[in-house]
Amino acid sequence: MSQPLIARASIRAGAEALADPAPALLAAAERLAASVRAGGHGRRRAGPGPDFWQYRAAEAGDAARSIDWRRSARADQDYVRDREWVQVQTVQVWADGGLSMRYHSAPRLPEKAHRAAVLALALAILLEQGGERVGTLDPDLPPRVGRAQVERLAGAFARPAPPAAEFGVPRPGTLVPGGWAVLLSDFLGPLDPLAALIEEAAGKRMSGVLMQVLDPAEETFPFTGRTLFRSIGGGLSHEASEPASLGARYRERLAERRDGLSALARAAGWTVLTHRTDAAPAPALWALGGLVGRRAHHWGGGA
Amino acid sequence: MIGGLPLTFAAPALLWALALIPVLWLLLRLLPPAPVVRRFPAVALLLGLTERDADVHRTPLLLMLLRTAALLAAILGFAGPVLGPRGATGGGSGPVLMVVEADWPDAARWAALQARLTDEASAAVAAGRPVAVAVLSEAQVPRPVFGLPGAARDRIAALRPAPWAVPAARFAALAGALPEGRFETVWQADALDRPERAALLAALQARGPVRVLTPPAPPPALTAPEPGGAGLNLALLRPARGPAETYTLAIAGTDPNGVERLLTRQPVAVPAGADRVAVTLDLAPELRNRVQRITLERGATAGALALADDGARRPKVALVDPTPPQEGLELLSPSHYLRAALADGADVIEGALPDMVRAAPQGIVLADAGGLPADQADALIDWVRKGGVLVRFAGPRLAASIEPDAPDDLLLPVRLRPGDRALGGTMTWGAPRPLAPFAKDSLFSGLALPPDVTVGTQVLAEPGPELSDHTLATLQDGTPLVTQSTLGAGRVVLFHVTATADWSSLPASGLFVQMLERLAMIAPPARDRAAVLSGGVWRAVATVDASGALQPVAEGAGGAGIPGARLAAGPAGPEIPAGLYQSGGRRMALPLLPPGAALAPAAWPSGVALDRLDAVPARSLKGVLLATALALLAVEALAAIWLSGRFARGLAAVLALGLLALPDPRGARALDDPALLRAAGGTVLAHVLTGDASVDRLADEGLTGLGWTLTLRTAVEPGPPVGIDLEKDDLSLYAFLYWPVAADEPLPSAAAYGRLNAFLRSGGLILFDTRDGDGSAAPGTSPEAERLKVLAAGLDIPALAPVPADHVLTRSFYLLDDFPGRYVGAPVWAEAPPPDAVAAAGMPFRSLNDGVSPVIIGGNDWASAWATDDRGQPLYPVGEGVAGERQREMAARFGVNLVMYVLTGNYKSDQVHVPALLERLGQ
Repeated sequence: MSQPLIARASIRAGAEALADPAPALLAAAERLAASVRAGGHGRRRAGPGPDFWQYRAAEAGDAARSIDWRRSARADQDYVRDREWVQVQTVQVWADGGLSMRYHSAPRLPEKAHRAAVLALALAILLEQGGERVGTLDPDLPPRVGRAQVERLAGAFARPAPPAAEFGVPRPGTLVPGGWAVLLSDFLGPLDPLAALIEEAAGKRMSGVLMQVLDPAEETFPFTGRTLFRSIGGGLSHEASEPASLGARYRERLAERRDGLSALARAAGWTVLTHRTDAAPAPALWALGGLVGRRAHHWGGGA
Repeated sequence: MIGGLPLTFAAPALLWALALIPVLWLLLRLLPPAPVVRRFPAVALLLGLTERDADVHRTPLLLMLLRTAALLAAILGFAGPVLGPRGATGGGSGPVLMVVEADWPDAARWAALQARLTDEASAAVAAGRPVAVAVLSEAQVPRPVFGLPGAARDRIAALRPAPWAVPAARFAALAGALPEGRFETVWQADALDRPERAALLAALQARGPVRVLTPPAPPPALTAPEPGGAGLNLALLRPARGPAETYTLAIAGTDPNGVERLLTRQPVAVPAGADRVAVTLDLAPELRNRVQRITLERGATAGALALADDGARRPKVALVDPTPPQEGLELLSPSHYLRAALADGADVIEGALPDMVRAAPQGIVLADAGGLPADQADALIDWVRKGGVLVRFAGPRLAASIEPDAPDDLLLPVRLRPGDRALGGTMTWGAPRPLAPFAKDSLFSGLALPPDVTVGTQVLAEPGPELSDHTLATLQDGTPLVTQSTLGAGRVVLFHVTATADWSSLPASGLFVQMLERLAMIAPPARDRAAVLSGGVWRAVATVDASGALQPVAEGAGGAGIPGARLAAGPAGPEIPAGLYQSGGRRMALPLLPPGAALAPAAWPSGVALDRLDAVPARSLKGVLLATALALLAVEALAAIWLSGRFARGLAAVLALGLLALPDPRGARALDDPALLRAAGGTVLAHVLTGDASVDRLADEGLTGLGWTLTLRTAVEPGPPVGIDLEKDDLSLYAFLYWPVAADEPLPSAAAYGRLNAFLRSGGLILFDTRDGDGSAAPGTSPEAERLKVLAAGLDIPALAPVPADHVLTRSFYLLDDFPGRYVGAPVWAEAPPPDAVAAAGMPFRSLNDGVSPVIIGGNDWASAWATDDRGQPLYPVGEGVAGERQREMAARFGVNLVMYVLTGNYKSDQVHVPALLERLGQ
């Protein structure tokens, strides 16, 4: 009778995963985050964050209750225990949920949306452990501190709103001034909404990273034979008798688009990263975390 | 014909579809292969990209060509093209006379020939020309009349080739009976050379154009066999221009039971260019005397069948001389002249009378013998009744043995007067008497009388009313010289003189040999066929039909019979078809092709329009074209798949389809063995053929009887049993094998042992029967038992033990405590039970072997007890009286139990578990 138990357990696990994909996504993201952490990047852990404090001589105007009596008793002077003002970085992560992200060219590859969600959540975990405030561009999930926020983010990434449009568009108007924006998308759609967002963010003194997540097929365009290409939503289609002859010009266009993206980012001082779903996610997270975390630390230290 | 090519179409109207090809070309060109639909997010990047070669959107030229070619092939294929001449080619006007020979060489390809003739007639009918048909081979002389065209066609449709060649006089007869006026002639002629044709051809050519339809060569044929040297000689005839080829002769005859079967096959290699190959059938005398037909396989004409008659046989004649051999008196020995007369035409055996009767000869010649001992006389009478011919000669001893008041002696055809009569001796008045001419309808009629044959001394018959009926030959004074009486199926013939030259000069004359020939004591030499045939009136027994099959002639049919002279004179024809003829006890074959015949190909004058029917055999191209169309479409499909980029997947699918379409080589093997077919369809009892005919027959009868018993009493209904040749036959379909062991049985080969062991392993059972249970030898010491030990050494047989009393065999159908056959009490052995078998508590039986014992060995001669004839009557005695019948019944019950054991295994043994099963079911 042991066999049915196992079967029941696995069914239950599968059912739970189906009913609530958040834990699975969270687990994947935590695994990913831990792998980056284990890469020797432990300086975040040494930082005391809210525990940082120092003593200074009491001056006029200091409230009596702010005097640290124990310290003052060891000297002739009164000391005030002063909490250092810690600059907490606000990071807003956006993973594209458009239909175009629901694509993988081979069954062994993850969908771009899944990869983007895992990267976003893993970054959120890293940042949360670093004491940063993490959130999304969604007004329902503004940046907050703490572990519970990670759980909320996992829920949001695991159960994205049903994609309505072919290409996802980050919602403007929810940007937190002075923070970071991390946008994960394939950036295959129209660039105008993105340009508008970046302009708005630059106006709010925000820094940002654009990570372009692409399927290998989208980069190499390995198709031959008479083909009718149709977008995932079906809204766009293009028929080619011999796609191989289009390959070179397709790659040209992709490079042009990347250049456009880079120009856009450069104008606002942002960075563009690319990631292919057939590559391991850890290096991408490393780059992302290093970029976002380093600046955050630097800013924090400078305050 | 189209453009000089001998190409015609069955449905030429379909060719109009070719006009559609340009239209289809345009249509096809606009229909490129359907694209693959791919989901692809980056379509936006593709939008607006155009390919440089705009033509790719159209169907590629290669595909277009393939499709058009496929369409072309399909249209042409469905139009039914036929390559080669077919249909009439005449284009004239006026009446058409169709001269049709339709004789034996035409039978080989009659269907095609008939179709061609029908086409000719149809063409003439379609052109509104009157048609007359003159069939040369029919019994009546043709009188062609131009009549309704449909009648001519019907006439041809009903025509069958005759099994003879056109009689020589027919050609001239037709030349004299030609219709008035001018007409065109279509002459269907066989390929044989007939000089008589010249006159008819001249007559026909005087009336109008003549076209001759004739095949280039006659079919192969066989001449009549004649005995000579070691066997039968015949010749295989065929057209001289043929290539080297191997023909096969099938030699059929009766087996000892009188059933006709294939005796042997003989291949005949004909070198290239040869038109006549002499064939000698080297057969054992026994076999040769049984030969009835020699058939050229694949012949299918009357010429491919050669009939063997009495002339082809050498009778086996026993010569019995009761006088003890005497030194230096060879010329006086009664058997000297007989031996000399018989030696050339018969297989002579000599010896004492009892031995000779047992040797079952066709004839026994008994030189001067007095009264025979009663037992010998009885054996001799029995033999004669079964069809033997006893030829006796008178002599001093016979004359001395005659007693005036003795009862009728069955071994003498007439009552004899005591003593002998001497003529022309020193003490007599009369001179030796010559013979009277033979009566017209007597056995010897037609034989010439040499003037120097005289009779000096003879035994005389008692005069009586039946004497003349019994007399075959008389002297000039009317006293009988040869008398005959029938006894059962046989005959007794008495020469009233000695077989030596001291009573008459007959034995020293050629007439003596001829008389013995007529008595069927000697096979006549071939050159004397005419002499043999000339006497008597003959009746057809069976005639050869055009396809070379022998058709029996109903008793009484055929009218008054045919004089022998007519048969001797003539080639086979409408009045005397080739076949077997009978007169008295003699059978003669009238061959279509006598021994010296040759097949000369016809030579036609150069002016005649010859239509070599088979110059190019008409061949339908429909199949080839349709297959081409299909192949082209398949290639097109592959190419289209390749162009659409789905090649890898598509190729796999196409390969899979191709594999499916590959014929399964094992499926192609035909199950043509009727025994195997029957065994596959149900339970069949089988026995091993030991090589000893009597043992095999007994086994067959035994299993037939067991089959009867099983059919009547059980649900097992085996058909007739099957004899298994261990070296050849497949055992996998049988479950039960009865193996009567013969003391001199040959050992099976290693391969046969392999098959037997596989048979045993797969659950088969062999019942070994040493048939030695009569108590004449201690068990296991008889020659059969010794042989069984040798035979069984190669078999995988487990440890054996006498069948225990609680073996399943004792209760698989009937409850038995013994296994009797024709004998009772010999131990019966089966696989030993496991040593640790114990009876479960409360069970009457031990739980023994799990499965069927592979062998059962005994010596009770079960087959004899089981044996029945076709009506279910037992064939052999078992025991005595009621007890014997009881024993036979028990033997039958053992057989039933045994077959049930084979078929159901230890089912009855499992009955012991029934209480336990019921108990479990109750829970």
